[in-house]
Amino acid sequence: MSLLLIVALPFLGALLPGILNSAGRQACAGGTLAVTLTALIGLISNIPDLMAGEVITQRFEWLPALGLNVTLMLDPLGAFFAALILGIGTLIIIYGRYYLSRNDNMGEFFTYLLLFQGAMVGIVLSDNILLLLVFWELTSLSSFLLIGYWKHLPEGRQGARMALTVTGMGGLAMIGGMMILGQIAGSYDLSVILQNREAIQSSDLYVPALILILLGCFTKSAQFPFHFWLPHAMAAPTPVSAYLHSATMVKAGIFLMARMWPVLSGTPEWFYIVTTAGLITMVLGAVIALFKHDLKALLAFSTVSHLGLITMLLGTGTAFGVLTAVFHILNHATFKAALFMSAGIVDHEAHTRDIRRLGGLRHLMPITAAIATVAALSMAGIPLFNGFISKEMMLEETLETQLFGPHWLVPAIATFGALFSAAYSFRFIVHTFFGPKRDDYPGHPHDPNKGMWFSPALLVTLVVIIGVAPFLVEPLVKTVAGAVLGGVYAVPDYHLAIWHGFKPPLYMSMIAVAGGLILLAMHKGAQAAWDATPRPEAKTIFEGIIAFFAGLAEKITATLHDGAFTRYAAILSLTITALAGHAWMTGNSGGRVFEPQPMTEVALLGWVALVAATLFLVFKHRDRLVALILMGIIGTVVSVGFAYFSAPDLAMTQISVEVVTIILMLLALNFLPDVTPAESSAGHKLGNAVVAVLGGLGAAALTYHLLLGDFVQNSISEYHLANSYKGGGGTNVVNVILVDFRGFDTFGEIIVLGIAALVIYALTETLLNGPVRARLLNRVPDKPLAGDRHPTMMVVLTRIMMPVVLLVGVYIFLRGHNEPGGGFIAGLVVAIAVVMQYMASGFAWASDRQRYPYHGIIGAGVLAAGLTGIGAWFTGHEFLTSSFGYFRIPPMEKFELASAMGFDLGVFLAVVGAVMLSLESFSRLARRAHVPDSDYPMDIDPSREEETPNQEGAA
Amino acid sequence: MMSPEVFADYALMIAFVAVSVSQLLAMVRLVIGPGAGDRILALDTMVINGIGLIVLVGLYQGTQVYFEAALIFAMLGFVSTVAYARFLLRGDIIE
Repeated sequence: MSLLLIVALPFLGALLPGILNSAGRQACAGGTLAVTLTALIGLISNIPDLMAGEVITQRFEWLPALGLNVTLMLDPLGAFFAALILGIGTLIIIYGRYYLSRNDNMGEFFTYLLLFQGAMVGIVLSDNILLLLVFWELTSLSSFLLIGYWKHLPEGRQGARMALTVTGMGGLAMIGGMMILGQIAGSYDLSVILQNREAIQSSDLYVPALILILLGCFTKSAQFPFHFWLPHAMAAPTPVSAYLHSATMVKAGIFLMARMWPVLSGTPEWFYIVTTAGLITMVLGAVIALFKHDLKALLAFSTVSHLGLITMLLGTGTAFGVLTAVFHILNHATFKAALFMSAGIVDHEAHTRDIRRLGGLRHLMPITAAIATVAALSMAGIPLFNGFISKEMMLEETLETQLFGPHWLVPAIATFGALFSAAYSFRFIVHTFFGPKRDDYPGHPHDPNKGMWFSPALLVTLVVIIGVAPFLVEPLVKTVAGAVLGGVYAVPDYHLAIWHGFKPPLYMSMIAVAGGLILLAMHKGAQAAWDATPRPEAKTIFEGIIAFFAGLAEKITATLHDGAFTRYAAILSLTITALAGHAWMTGNSGGRVFEPQPMTEVALLGWVALVAATLFLVFKHRDRLVALILMGIIGTVVSVGFAYFSAPDLAMTQISVEVVTIILMLLALNFLPDVTPAESSAGHKLGNAVVAVLGGLGAAALTYHLLLGDFVQNSISEYHLANSYKGGGGTNVVNVILVDFRGFDTFGEIIVLGIAALVIYALTETLLNGPVRARLLNRVPDKPLAGDRHPTMMVVLTRIMMPVVLLVGVYIFLRGHNEPGGGFIAGLVVAIAVVMQYMASGFAWASDRQRYPYHGIIGAGVLAAGLTGIGAWFTGHEFLTSSFGYFRIPPMEKFELASAMGFDLGVFLAVVGAVMLSLESFSRLARRAHVPDSDYPMDIDPSREEETPNQEGAA
Repeated sequence: MMSPEVFADYALMIAFVAVSVSQLLAMVRLVIGPGAGDRILALDTMVINGIGLIVLVGLYQGTQVYFEAALIFAMLGFVSTVAYARFLLRGDIIE
């Protein structure tokens, strides 16, 4: 099967569980299982080629300019990991089917699981390191979803956040490392990078790249000092722990170290960093594991310890170390997944994972006890189980490893770690399953149905088979080790066997097992001593760091962004003035090129009106209505100014925006006091005045200078003017800029506009559904009301105006491409036409006649614009490239049709919808309970026979 | 006898002066008030004068481009006046 299909299958299949969810649990799990099994079979179908010594590759161009291509490669290392991921995935799905309770959403769970599976398979099959990074991040994200699957548990959410933070930061570091590596090698393809060992190791950037990549690996594989997230991730459902946190995701870091081994290993830096981190992790994890009472926490720390062991083996940089590491990856995956699943079974049946409340379960759940005992003995390193052989080899390797001076140091530390490892394994068995039967279990422990114990049973069978007959997997382990070594060293001529004679590793093993038994015997005392010792708690430290940064961010935000508009305005004005001043002092600017135009009386009049209104506003701004009227003047003068300075598009936009703004403000003013209370002190006012004058003078000076000078660079206007008709098919440059040159901008803007309107709507809904509702409904107007609610004259007038305004709107829209106008202005005009009806006949009457919800209109607009943009793809152009042509329908004149019109239609609809939705939401807030809705368009209708409807009148 | 062009120039000039003066007077009314109603009417007058100015600028420059702006102003300008008035009388402009 094609590699692409193997990677894509889990992603595509992730849709299945959601679809099958309603068909029942059996169907849902079955569908998921089918997806994984198909991918597994697809992988196996490639094995014959692989055995023949071929490396299977597949290549698609994705973003060749960035060096990011979908290049997939299947070599023995990738195949080994992919088989682990898909094989154990199959078992986990079977187990998960029975583990999840009826209250859990199984479709959601399996969707996440398949997403994760796809991401993992992607990592191990990627040949392009950028592609690998994409999958790497996907595993972080999907594991976040999986860890936090039980959203109602705070531990789950916290654990998920912590895992995402730690692995996400590591991923970020790794991106940097990979970039450096790609730069050195000149390619982002692994197959090329792996050929460049000398170039990479002799580069000055080798050490930074190494450290950054190792940060990624260590965070993912929970190596010291990043080991702390893994135990907290145990809040996940047990299938997730068994899958992600023992067999697959935490091995991603290990995989990457193995993948990069040929180019990164063998240097002193690699040796010291990796071996030390691995050794510390191994011992630390083992010691902590012994003193954990939660079964899953114990297993989590034991996983940390074993990952440390594998890391250390890879760190030694010898061929034998690699061989042992590969073998231990296999062994650990088998026994640890089985152990997690057993712990899950115990939790499921006994309703507790606290080892202090367990014991004697061997009588009640013999099958589970047998499975768990075999797996744990393997973990302890007892002969006849696979863990023994790889541990033996590990000890042998440590004898050859010399770190920081004395040659006995590493073996001693390793033996010490192995001793604790044996101790916690024994404790797991003895304290859970042995001892007398108790009568205070929270649940009623019994063996689960075979669906649940099938998966761990299969795994422990493997544990025993490999343990008894290791030669069966020898070819596999050697082939994979050969792939890791990548030709740097030859695969060592070593036989995997149970018995290697009386040699030092055997003595070390015996010490470890005996010591483990002794430690178990004196566990009570040791536990008391451990509990009494103060230790740094990783979670507290982590949360402290997070809280520190959150606090810092909040402090900065609260200082700059405290909710007072004057402060933002002051900060903005001062910053801009300072920057402009700096630029003025240090930079050079073009001299004066133009002479000022003579001042006309009309321009002077506009200027006087503008200044007068602004000044008056400064003194009268506390009276809100007057302030709004004054803003009306400013808007009017600005509109006329735009017309005067030859910008008819802007003038039209300004006029219609003014109207909409005033309506919006008046709707809001209805809920506000008429007068703004005076709050600021005299000093504060003076400071604000200084800032305002400074900013105003600065802006004036800058404008004056710019208008009389020439541009330093050629202005883009030339380009726009030259290409507007040629490229965009329109003679109105403003419109062509909006719908073509900068169409992508406009597209984003209409989406933002739509979102803003929807947010206003959502806020209104929240207000109206909350405790404020009663207050709003029972509001009494603060002034006596005069006049009619729906005066006849206004109704008649707006009815007459409606078609006229709509016609103008259509006209402006249609000619927009070539003459002033366009979708935006037309949208505002049409919205005002509709608002007029609301104002004249009331909210209830107008709403009844509104057939299409405004949300839908916004959505239709965004869709129309987006589809027009996508339409360009079919003609082989980029998104939003407009095309146009000329058509003639006799007897009419020849006319132009441009695809930009579809886009402009989208703008038009989005504007109409957004404006109307916001205004309507505001107006909904003003509805009052004791004012009945009017059924008629106007209060007094001479043609109506009946009495005039209930009027509120002047109260 | 005055040629038509010169006559038109004079007419334009007089119109500019007239509209400008009335614009200024409206501005004065807006500042002195005294009531909100006076100010709203003043603003409405200013809008009408603004339309006049746009049309005059178009005539002066000999282009039709500004007529749409004037049209929209004329068509929609009254909406804000009505809205102000409704606010004064009823508080709620969409009842």
